[in-house]
Amino acid sequence: MLPAITADKLTKRFGDFTAVNQITFEVRKGEIFGFLGANGAGKTTAIRMLNGLSRPTAGQASVAGFDVYRHAEKIKRRIGYMSQKFSLYEDLTVRENIQFYGGIYGLPLDEIRRQMKQLVAGLGMEPYARSLVKSLPLGWRQKLAFSIAIMHRPEIVFLDEPTGGVDPITRRQFWEMIYKAADEGMTVFVTTHYMDEAEYCGRVSIMVDGRIAALDTPHALKAQFHAASMNEVFLNLTRPGRHQS
Amino acid sequence: MKQLLIFIRKEAYHIFRDKRTLLILLGMPMVQVLLFGFAITNEINNARIAILDLSKGEMSRDIIQRMAASGYFEIGENLHSLSDIERHFRQGKTKLVAVFPPQLEEKLLRNTPVQIQLVADATDPNTATTLINYASAIIGRYMQEQNQGKALPLAITTEVKMLYNPRLKSVYMFVPGVITIILMLMSAMMTSIAITREKELGTMEVLLVSPLRPSTIVIGKVIPYILLALTMAAIVLMLGAFVFGMPIRGSLLLLIAECVLFVITSLSLGILISTRTETQQVAMLISLMALMLPTILLSGFIFPIESMPKVLQLLSNIIPAKWFIIIIKNVMLRGTGFDFIWKETLILLGMALFFIAASIRNFKIRLA
Repeated sequence: MLPAITADKLTKRFGDFTAVNQITFEVRKGEIFGFLGANGAGKTTAIRMLNGLSRPTAGQASVAGFDVYRHAEKIKRRIGYMSQKFSLYEDLTVRENIQFYGGIYGLPLDEIRRQMKQLVAGLGMEPYARSLVKSLPLGWRQKLAFSIAIMHRPEIVFLDEPTGGVDPITRRQFWEMIYKAADEGMTVFVTTHYMDEAEYCGRVSIMVDGRIAALDTPHALKAQFHAASMNEVFLNLTRPGRHQS
Repeated sequence: MKQLLIFIRKEAYHIFRDKRTLLILLGMPMVQVLLFGFAITNEINNARIAILDLSKGEMSRDIIQRMAASGYFEIGENLHSLSDIERHFRQGKTKLVAVFPPQLEEKLLRNTPVQIQLVADATDPNTATTLINYASAIIGRYMQEQNQGKALPLAITTEVKMLYNPRLKSVYMFVPGVITIILMLMSAMMTSIAITREKELGTMEVLLVSPLRPSTIVIGKVIPYILLALTMAAIVLMLGAFVFGMPIRGSLLLLIAECVLFVITSLSLGILISTRTETQQVAMLISLMALMLPTILLSGFIFPIESMPKVLQLLSNIIPAKWFIIIIKNVMLRGTGFDFIWKETLILLGMALFFIAASIRNFKIRLA
């Protein structure tokens, strides 16, 4: 089976600064791949190269079997993306946001209508379907944003810190939604800096200063670093003087 | 196409839900026209003047009466000596003092030249000049009437005809100017703000990752604002016509077409600004500083381009508003057809294409 994402020595430089330095990895189909790193480690830049927002300086990458340099348009139809900033329109209602995003992905009207019912019911948001998004609590908005990001059934969904600032209970529910999507065969590429969330991922890579410092299942990583939790693994890797090894 | 419609509908929601901005957008043109039309005017009505009549004859009384009847002047105090004049001006009681010399009639009868002195407060040079002109005209006309029937030694008089705006109404100048400024500002500022807003909120990234083409995003953003800008132009035109009696002598269709062209030029300038800026505030500042001032100062709206230094005259050629003002003045006041303004139209069209090309280039660079 072809991998969902491959990156081979993928590099992005901004002038003298190398944000992403020759990262190489593969994400399998249907996998939940955790992309960890401190703020500024290069996670977002890496995601932006994969989803077509940013052109790599060097290296190779393919997403859903298509080359990021040559087939960016084909990739766009096969991926979903939830950016670090809130990605819905606050002055539109829940329904209007669903209609808009369904529409720009070219979903037929009856399909949008069907999904709308399902999606709103699934989130328990029927009473709020006609409320402006800005009136909803943050946790709900994030769940709604995720549901909308996967509405067009993408092969791969990129989530850039989807649970930032969200309470633990909602985070739990959010991860249940991620699991459900993965069960349906979707590949999930998620960045986070909550180390407990790293435990939920199938495999994790940890980025330090633009490089991938470690990549394995949470279990194997803990064994390798003799750590009790992913938090310890992370501190071990990011502690000054360690990351050259 | 369907995606474009969906995008336009979304944009319409943004515009109509932001009631305050919408109110400002539609209210501003009205306030501007009314302000320019009523308050800021070059015409002078009922200016207070003072009289120092040393002759106290029939003639000076006649002239003073005519001045009062003209509507331009309101006769204030009668002064009694030359030393009063200075004091009167200092107290700010008057804009102009007319001094009639002693024995006006007797001197005239003896054919000795007489001079009526007009003293004006030139702290505001434009008003002073206008008042002097009005007053001289009234005196001149009076003298002509007095001389009728008498043979005059060779006199050349001028006959003046003010074409297209016989009553020299300043509204004729302000309506085209206000339309220009409003279309320019609204189109450029609103689009640049609308696009940078999506960048700031982060929704732009999501749009760029979606299968939407960048051109669809830009066109979808711009179309609602074209309609909004044209609505504002219509408001200004109607106010000009119904409140101030501003004529539209040329073809209305041509006028609308030229407005659309100018709106597109300004919009593409707005798009260009938004490709170079990241936040709404910067976009607004640049639109205001880089567009508003040159548009007002260098377009010929207030200050005639012919009397500017050569450098500024050259500079004014790159101001789109200059060409648009020439076009609408032609169409509205002179009633000329397309064959007289095709050159200006072509220049605007060229500018629009240039801005669009530049923004497409910038958009691409940004994505790389």
